[in-house]
Order: sequence, then structure tokens, then C-alpha cells
Amino acid sequence: MPPVITASQLRKNYGELCAVAGIDFEINRGECFGLLGPNGAGKTTTVKMLTCALPLSGGDITVEGLSVAKDPRGIKYLLGVCPQEMNLDPDFSVLKNLIVYSRYFDIPYAEAKGRAEELINRFHLHDKLDRPIEDLSGGLKKRLLMARALINKPRVLILDEPTTGLDPQSRRQIWEEVREMKKHGLTTLLTTHYIEEAELLCDRLVIIDAGKIVEQGTPRQLIEKHLEGKGSLEDVFLKLTGKHLRDE
Amino acid sequence: MNEARILRNISYRAWHMWRRNIDVSLVTWKTNVVPPLLEPVLYILAFGVGLGAYVQKISFDGRAYDYLTFLAPGMIAVGVMFHSIFETMYGAFIRLRYQKTFDAVITTPLSAEDILAGEILSGATKGLFAGTAILLIVTLFGLASYPSSLVILPLAALAGLMFASFGLLFAATAPYIDNLNLPIFLFINPMFLFSGTFFPLDGMPAWIRLAANILPLTHLVNITRAAAFGRLHAALLWDLLYIVVLTATMAYIAIRKMKTRLIK
Repeated sequence: MPPVITASQLRKNYGELCAVAGIDFEINRGECFGLLGPNGAGKTTTVKMLTCALPLSGGDITVEGLSVAKDPRGIKYLLGVCPQEMNLDPDFSVLKNLIVYSRYFDIPYAEAKGRAEELINRFHLHDKLDRPIEDLSGGLKKRLLMARALINKPRVLILDEPTTGLDPQSRRQIWEEVREMKKHGLTTLLTTHYIEEAELLCDRLVIIDAGKIVEQGTPRQLIEKHLEGKGSLEDVFLKLTGKHLRDE
Repeated sequence: MNEARILRNISYRAWHMWRRNIDVSLVTWKTNVVPPLLEPVLYILAFGVGLGAYVQKISFDGRAYDYLTFLAPGMIAVGVMFHSIFETMYGAFIRLRYQKTFDAVITTPLSAEDILAGEILSGATKGLFAGTAILLIVTLFGLASYPSSLVILPLAALAGLMFASFGLLFAATAPYIDNLNLPIFLFINPMFLFSGTFFPLDGMPAWIRLAANILPLTHLVNITRAAAFGRLHAALLWDLLYIVVLTATMAYIAIRKMKTRLIK
């Protein structure tokens, strides 16, 4: 079966600065694919190019054979995007957020309402149905963002740092959801800098640093290769990307 | 990026963005519906009744009018301007920078151009609503003649598109929300005061008249007043042409400029 997503020689330059330096990867149907890297490695830039929110400087990404450069609209119908930053509509209730979002995909109201109610139940948001967004905790907002990303029944779900800033309880609940979706065969792209998360959820992953892929494989393969099977994926990550701080 | 591409990227989906903004206004209707209705009443009381008592008849287009009668159509035009320009200026800036609404919508099938066309449409809708509300009040005061005043409705929609485009351009060029004080000081307030809204331009020095004729509000006031007085004439087509050309130009420039802030 051909891969769902293919990135080839994908590049993004901001003037002199090279954020993504010609990376290649493929995501197969039904797998959870991890994009790992320290802060500023190029994860979000890659995701933004995939979601057609950022023009490419070079190379191409295709989703189900459609190219981001040629058919952004066609691709956007196929993606469900759960962003890193909270961008729910603060003026709308939980339910209304989902309904308004479904319109962007031309989903008729009756169907949208059905799907929204189903997702609200699935993500345990039913007590909050009519609440405004500001009443939700960080974990609930994230769950609503995930529910929103599924309203168009996407072929690929993109989770951009889904658990950053969440407490351990909320984090575990999100992991549970991701595993549940994987069981249903949903192709997922996950970016994270929590290595434990990648180890737990990803079938395959790439580690990127300074816009380049430094290693790829299954979590097990990487531990075998770099640590002779002794240690965690985090040890591999630190070995490959170094220990210096990345925020400056 | 050329003109054809921007036009090609606008689809019916712009109405989805429009609908979202209108839905927000309906949720917060107390602050969105009541002020446009009450504001003109305040103006009419303060300037028309209060100040008007001290002002002699105003001669305009060869006839003498009460100050209140003269002022009322100007208030309609001003209402259209304020409500459409602020919707895109502050509203779009907040959606861009604080609420990150555009970041959410850009990952859906809407193009940047759809989003921004939707913004201009919802700004125009606010202008049309304000214009209609004020016209209604002006009519209740007996200050508008019909049927000519009905021209004001489509005109308000058109001018709404124009001012919403200006507002979107200001939002696109402001690095911080405080920078929006600049277009208010340099553009909106001078228009408010010097577009023939409060007094006829005829008596003003030539250079002020020239400057006023560059300001878009002047042309809206010209047509609105003639319509309210029941004295529409062919020369007003020049005012209309000015508004049409400026609307198309500003909408294009604003969408083009704001697009670079949505897709970085």
C-alpha cells in the first residue's frame, strides 16, 4: 500500500535561517508516526507546511497523492489538525465550537450536530456542552481541540505537541485517546519533545535536530542500535541531539 | 502573488467565515445591537437638538434646512463607517493576534483569501446594520424622505465593504494593537469631522475642500444626504464611482497585505 503522506526534500528557509533542511519521510496507513526534536528543531514548521499554513521553500509533501503546492484545499479536507496553541473560539460554547468548525468543511448542520454530540461524549465533555471555553481546564481544552480535529472524519490526524503543559492525569487521558484512535486505524502524525510519549504511542519515528533528520526507526530499533538495548528512548534522544539547552 | 490568484482563491467558503463572525455578534448581541441604535439618538440630541438650537438654518444645495435635518444623514454615514471599520480593524486584529482564530481556520478548507473576504463581508454587514438602524431612527424623527432614502441601504453595504477593507489593512499593518490609534487619529477622526458631516464644505477654504474630497466618507455623505433630502441627481454618480473604485482597490490591497500575516 502506498504511504498516506510522503515528504521529499522538504525545505523551509527564513531568509538566511534554514528551519527545515531538506527532510524525507513517509507515513504509512494506520500508523502513529512521531516527529521528535528539541525546541526549535523544525517540528512545528514541518507541521505547518503539511497543513498548508506555510509555503514551502523547496521539495514537496503529498497527502493521499495530493501535493501541498498544487492542491492545498483538497489536502485540508483530509486532515484533522490539533494545534499546539489553544485557538478555540472563546465566544462560543463547547458544542457551538464544534458546529462552527464543521461548517468550514461544508458538513450539513444535522450531520454536524450528530458528529459533535458523539465526539463530546467520547471525549467526556458532556457536562460542559453549553459552557464557554474559559470555564474549561487546560486538559479539557485539549480534549475539545482533539474532538474538533475529528469532526471532518480525517484520513490523517495531526497532533502538534498534544500534551505540552498538561498535568499527568490529563496527559494520560490524551494518550488513552490516541491509542483508541490507533485501534480504529487512524493514521496519526504526532510531534513531541516528551520522549516517553513517543515511546509509548509511536510505531515509527524520526528525530530531527536543526532542521535535519538525525535518526529514524521504531523506538525499539533505536534503543537497540544506539544503546545495545539498554536504556530508554530518552537516552537515545539525548545522545543524538546533545545535552545543551535549546531555548536561546 | 498576482491579482488573478487572489481572486481565484476566493470561494463561497468566505461565507463560512462571515457566518462565524455574525454568530459571535449574535452571542454578544447586547453590546453589538444596542449601541448602534442608541448612539445616533445621543448625537441627534446633543448636536441636533442641543447645538441646533443655537445654529441658524443651514443652506445646502440652494435650500435652507434645520441643523438637525442637515445633520441626520451625516450620522447615518458616520455610523456605517465606524461599525464596519472597527469590526475589521480591532475585530480582525484580535482574531489574528489574541484569539488565533485565523490559525484555526487556515487548517480547514478555507484559503487565506476566503478568510479575509469573509472578514470584509462581516465588517460590511455590521456597517449595513448600523446604517439601517440609524436610518430607522432618523425616519422616526421624520428626517428622511422616501422612496429616495431607500438608496441608502445598498449604499451602506457598499461603503461597508470599503471601510471594512480599510480596517483590515490597518489591522494588517499594525505590529501592536496600540498602533491602531494612528489610523484613528490620522484618518478616521479627520473623516468624522471634515467630510461634510457636521457642516457643509462649501464655506471651507479650497484646500480643505480638496482634502475632504479625497476622504471616502465625504462621498458617502454626499449621496446619503441627497437621498435623505429626496434630491438625488446625476452628478452623484461620480461619488458612487469613487466609492466603487476605492472599494475594489482597498479590498485587494488589504487581502494581499493581511495574507502575508496569515501565511508566514
